[in-house]
Amino acid sequence: MSDEVTAEILTTHILDLARAGKRLDGRGPDEYRRQTVQPGWVTTADGSALARIGDTAVVCGIKLEPGKPFPDTPNAGVLTTNAELLPLSSPMFEPGPPHPRAIEVSRVVDRAIRAAETIDLTKLCVTPGEKTWVCYVDLHVIDHAGNIIDTASLAALGALTHATMPNKRFGLGDADVPLAINHQPVETTFARLGDTIIVDPSVDEERAAQGRLTVATDEVGRVVAMQKGLIGAFSPDDVRDVVERSFRHGERMRKIAQGTP
Amino acid sequence: MGSVGAKEVPVLLTADGRRIDGRRLDELRPLAITAGALRQADGSAYVEWGANKVMAAVYGPREVHPRHLQVNDKAIVQCKYNMAAFSVDERKRPGLDRRSQEISKVIGEAFESVIFAEEYPRTSIDVYIEVLQANAGTRCAGVVAASVALADAGIPMVDLVPAVAVGKIAGQIALDLKKEEDNFGEADLPMAMVPQSGRLVLLQMEGHMTREELSQALDLGVKGCRSIYETMKDALRARYRATDPATTEVAA
Repeated sequence: MSDEVTAEILTTHILDLARAGKRLDGRGPDEYRRQTVQPGWVTTADGSALARIGDTAVVCGIKLEPGKPFPDTPNAGVLTTNAELLPLSSPMFEPGPPHPRAIEVSRVVDRAIRAAETIDLTKLCVTPGEKTWVCYVDLHVIDHAGNIIDTASLAALGALTHATMPNKRFGLGDADVPLAINHQPVETTFARLGDTIIVDPSVDEERAAQGRLTVATDEVGRVVAMQKGLIGAFSPDDVRDVVERSFRHGERMRKIAQGTP
Repeated sequence: MGSVGAKEVPVLLTADGRRIDGRRLDELRPLAITAGALRQADGSAYVEWGANKVMAAVYGPREVHPRHLQVNDKAIVQCKYNMAAFSVDERKRPGLDRRSQEISKVIGEAFESVIFAEEYPRTSIDVYIEVLQANAGTRCAGVVAASVALADAGIPMVDLVPAVAVGKIAGQIALDLKKEEDNFGEADLPMAMVPQSGRLVLLQMEGHMTREELSQALDLGVKGCRSIYETMKDALRARYRATDPATTEVAA
């Protein structure tokens, strides 16, 4: 009960602050927390990255393995994205089958990678209809301080950018070659707090939010994916505004995805 | 979407601006809504939209199962979107897949944005959407059906929630994609709107659009939603004209 009361007071406070253009942690409405990406963080993976946005941390591991193509796309490789909201990352998460929230994260991250044609799936094909590379993108949320989607998307891009095709391990070539990357989608997430739309919500801001909107843009000026979540609404003009902001943030974050020193 | 390495692309748009089924870019498929289509549910609706056939039922407000999901100061909205195994060309394995779970989540959140949930604390409003025949745009057809079903169940809401998908075919922004257009098109943007405020309570997008195209798509979707809204209201009027013997004229 006391938890509910504190949450209620905090929510009111966050909304009051937003009205004055302020945030609990001192950021401006259009300010991200610090983002870092460490590529190659897991050496057993074929590509990996540890991405952080503020205190939120996501490890992405890429594994490439030979498998069968889908019957309806015999010439294309397979991309599989999965997100785990580990119980170690937050008191909010419990063990068990994937929660709809985890499914949403994996599908929204997957949507941007797929729609932007980040990897050319036809290049993963080995024998049409029979054998292809399957690219597993596994996202493990290890610390949840808000905005999992953007952190996961940044980790995935960082990991894919530096991934190698393990030809030797599977007898499919004499040398391992870099995985070819065509585009660099970045997801940016916004939340409505009253009449203010803030970027990169913290956990408390997510709890107070009256709607969440994620927009993914790529480096050639395309919007490639969107997802509205939580209870709340956005006007078409809100969406247009968020898209412009997304392009601006995306440009900076694409560089960070290459790896921060 | 999902057309990587797939079959030949059909002609989606003719030189004189006609689509596969003869529609213009800003035209909806035929839409028919029946409010109160089921007997057991507290509210229900059946939607035929192009070649989509979607049934929705609402139960509640009623006790929450499982109990631990109960919220002390408001009702929760639990939505289940499900596709029948026979609703698509290749049999869909029954049960909850990840796509259905994601759609259930975003539709539930869309309705929770308009329902006066604080009027029914510690209860659940259960929304069931069953896609019996699918031809692209099923989540939007589901929202339309469920919204009418919620009204039919007498659940207090800000407004009805019309929904439609806008897409991009042959480089052009088009309203209400059918299956071939969805499969071979360049983008898909399903949305649901609260007509009273003009705000969007469901919004997803996959594919690629420039910011100008996206802006155009939003305008087209709003226009589509406004038209669907009228059909939804007509369905509800027809339902209550039919059940209330005292009403002989259509309510204004």
